[in-house]
Amino acid sequence: MNKQYDMLSPEALGKIDREVAKYPADQKQSAVMAALVIAQDEKGWLPKETIAAVAGYLGMPPMAAYEVASFYNMYDLHPVGKYKLTVCTNLPCALSGGVHAADYVKGRLGIDFNETTPDGKFTLKEGECMGACGDAPVLLVNNKRMCSFMLPEAIDKLLAECN
Amino acid sequence: MALIDTINPLLTTGWAKGDAGWSLKDYEARGGYAQLKRILASKMSQDEVIAEVKKSALRGRGGAGFPAGLKWSFMPKAAPEKYVVCNTDEGEPGTFKDRDLLRYDPHSTIEGMIIAAYAVGAKRGYNYIHGEIFDIYQRFEEALDQARAAGYLGDRILGSDFSFDLFAHHGWGAYICGEETGLLESIEGKKGQPRYKPPFPANFGLYGKPTTINNTETFAAIPFIMSMGGEAYLNLGKPNNGGTKLFSVSGHVNRPGNYEVPMGTPFAKLLEMAGGMRGGRKLKAVIPGGSSAPVLPADVMMECTMDYDSIAKAGSMLGSGAVIVMDETVCMVKALERLSYFYFEESCGQCTPCREGSGWLYRVVHRIEHGEGRPEDLDLLNRVTDNMMGKTICALADAAAFPVRSFIKHFRSEFEYHIEHKKCLVDPEVQRVGSGFFKAGAA
Repeated sequence: MNKQYDMLSPEALGKIDREVAKYPADQKQSAVMAALVIAQDEKGWLPKETIAAVAGYLGMPPMAAYEVASFYNMYDLHPVGKYKLTVCTNLPCALSGGVHAADYVKGRLGIDFNETTPDGKFTLKEGECMGACGDAPVLLVNNKRMCSFMLPEAIDKLLAECN
Repeated sequence: MALIDTINPLLTTGWAKGDAGWSLKDYEARGGYAQLKRILASKMSQDEVIAEVKKSALRGRGGAGFPAGLKWSFMPKAAPEKYVVCNTDEGEPGTFKDRDLLRYDPHSTIEGMIIAAYAVGAKRGYNYIHGEIFDIYQRFEEALDQARAAGYLGDRILGSDFSFDLFAHHGWGAYICGEETGLLESIEGKKGQPRYKPPFPANFGLYGKPTTINNTETFAAIPFIMSMGGEAYLNLGKPNNGGTKLFSVSGHVNRPGNYEVPMGTPFAKLLEMAGGMRGGRKLKAVIPGGSSAPVLPADVMMECTMDYDSIAKAGSMLGSGAVIVMDETVCMVKALERLSYFYFEESCGQCTPCREGSGWLYRVVHRIEHGEGRPEDLDLLNRVTDNMMGKTICALADAAAFPVRSFIKHFRSEFEYHIEHKKCLVDPEVQRVGSGFFKAGAA
């Protein structure tokens, strides 16, 4: 294996290979979105070197991968807490408590949007529409776990579960 | 939430068992993949399939309402490499139907895509799934594995000479990728910035090849259309507005959720199915087709039926079928401020009128909401929208402008009150109670 990719584990590279296989042989770049997610899951966030490694693995210029990483909202280009909570505050959610849920989380954690608790445990983000407005208030944990109907008791329970 | 209430269920027939009814064997037990088998066994011609879809008057369920059969017929016959792409990048505020379609019945979308691929001669397809619903993406991949193992996908499907394979691609947080050419750019591994049209995807689509791209709900309707026949499907709705449609009802109703009703169902009936107004409060306004659609005041909305033509006549759009219901606890300035922030945040930055204009709209609405508005601001807002609409590559600029123009048009006095008195017409405590987040009397 090329040393350049050592920063990604064999498991991560295997997962990226599975993504590459979905696309025509001359279109490996199509796998970059999934590959960056796989890398972010492994590293916790996406340092520039990791983005460059993903780009190298897919045979694309590092800048092209960085363009993707900086365009889509859920790539983290800076370190985040162990649990990144993203609360949707868009209008349909707000009508059913989205903004109030965000305020409640802020109060419980003592942080504002785009801040991380001093112990490095939680980062809070304001989210845009997650396509789950009927379940409002909704929040995402670490991009992949959607939590529905997040009224005060549900938020308390979630925060208690995050260790 | 699984099935709550419906009239004439088609798309939601598979939802009855909630999360327990999505797998291949469940789908087959309710008649799934029978239409694909029939088409292949009877060697139906591509033109016959397209003719049936045209007869159904199925219009694109993603928002634009373009006739699906007509779109399919634009695909060049001779091209050697073609694609079918499904748009499940469901990020239009208020819309959450495709998530449930793929959650409770992924195979109807898969079968619809296979039939579409057969009709347009595509050998490969992708379903682009909104990044925020990653669990749905994972389920869809599982459903694809099931379909592949059963011989519905892959080489020589069910022993025929038709081959097609289908893959899932996820987004990672960009509203603009719901725009079809932005979505294609995104599958190609780039920023999701929309392309100039023409050429349209039917001529220059994914990887520059002819591509048919439809919304999830459009594909999911195909097996039902092939089963009952295009004409019977059309007759479920009303002329030019065929079939049934999923409506995502959110906001101030007792039972938010997805409701499948025939096109042409009165809005009042849909509201009743959604449990009526929360707390018995009074309806103030409705955005009938996702956040980009112009808002309509309660009295206008109560006279509408839920179909493309009725909503258009009332001055709005059916869009994706996302019905955002607002009651009298809503401050319309604050509501617009949040929507304007959304378009500002999600503008892809490619076209100056949208990139700069969406920021202007947000900042001016923001200052009105925060007591710093000026008497000339409402005219300023309208002038900014004049400089945005129709002047950009894609429709996001128009989508940002429609809410601003319609909120000011229908609720001008509330904006003027805000500017003059530097506060909301609706008491903040009333607004606070409206969301239902706090229990009565709690701090």
